[in-house]
Amino acid sequence: MAAADEKAWHEVVLQTLKRNDIRLVPYVPDRVLTTLIRNIHADPFFTTFPTAREEEAVGIVAGAWMGGLRGAVLMQTSGFATLANVLASLAIPYQIPLVMFVSERGTLGEFNYGQSLVCRTMRPVLDSLAMEHHTATRLDEFEFIVDRSIKQAITTQAPVALILSPLLTGGKVFDK
Amino acid sequence: MTNETHSPARNTKVMNRFDLTSKLVAKLKNEEAVVGGIGNTNFDLWAAGHRPQNFYMLGSMGLAFPIALGVALAQPTRRVFALEGDGSLLMQMGCLSTIATLKPKNLTMIVMDNGIYQITGAQPTPAAAVSDIVAIAIGCGLANSAWAADEEDFERLVDQSLSATGPTLIGARIDDKPGTGTTRRDPVQIRERFMLGLGVRQAL
Repeated sequence: MAAADEKAWHEVVLQTLKRNDIRLVPYVPDRVLTTLIRNIHADPFFTTFPTAREEEAVGIVAGAWMGGLRGAVLMQTSGFATLANVLASLAIPYQIPLVMFVSERGTLGEFNYGQSLVCRTMRPVLDSLAMEHHTATRLDEFEFIVDRSIKQAITTQAPVALILSPLLTGGKVFDK
Repeated sequence: MTNETHSPARNTKVMNRFDLTSKLVAKLKNEEAVVGGIGNTNFDLWAAGHRPQNFYMLGSMGLAFPIALGVALAQPTRRVFALEGDGSLLMQMGCLSTIATLKPKNLTMIVMDNGIYQITGAQPTPAAAVSDIVAIAIGCGLANSAWAADEEDFERLVDQSLSATGPTLIGARIDDKPGTGTTRRDPVQIRERFMLGLGVRQAL
């Protein structure tokens, strides 16, 4: 349980995006991301909107980066599973510092077999492309991981996936 | 002419992609950005003469409009054009609703519609005989969408888009000719030169 003076994980994401001047946040929603999405919408610092597909959001932030505006994409595990083509043909070869936050479903209490299967494809895809990725499980490490990963993505011009484990977020449980 | 791959709604003149692309590029006097979609649309953009503000896709089929939307959001005072094929747009039709919602007034989308996947052997698209892409765009909320009746009308629609109060989509029926040139497939250089052209980067 978080102490009273501790920030929630979604507050860490919002504040770290701001600190790194990431203003554009297209997303495909996820239950776990609800509070984060709502708070980003409420903050005029951000331009945020839903897209129909995750790869559409990747295309948008890639274009914005080239135009001088930093972005990050929010999605869930099954959305990441649709991205192999755009990662391999746009983000990586063009050296776009694509920042992705992936809310992890399919593990630690998953109730939908299909979600647990698609989750198993995520890290092999990331590893097969030699992409930087981290799984955030602890609040005390989270700000460090997010802030350093964003800075590394930008300075090395390489994409990064930040996987938000149910250990960090609580995940989605059957009764919701 | 393959009439059977064109729906009756598309009764406009069948034009040529390279000719239309050249006519568009000839009009660009204000460092407008142009995003060329996968395959023939960027091959013809390349063949029309490289400009520092051109971006050429070498994959990620269907993302010409989303990439152009990103550029348009990042640089709201620069006009951004996107050239996309009909088959590519079918892969990412949801982006039309996103763009209709965001209403970037500096974005002009051009759909080169030949009803075929020309580059893979000219197979008809699933939409070819039945779907009207401009009607779809209007249905997605892009009210400022029209078929170009002929080359003169295409140029008129391009000019009109420059002072539009919302995003513009122009549909152009084109023939089944392949692209005229072949883009140099150097993604890092394409991206870096585009950023230089947009004033985001300084050369080393």
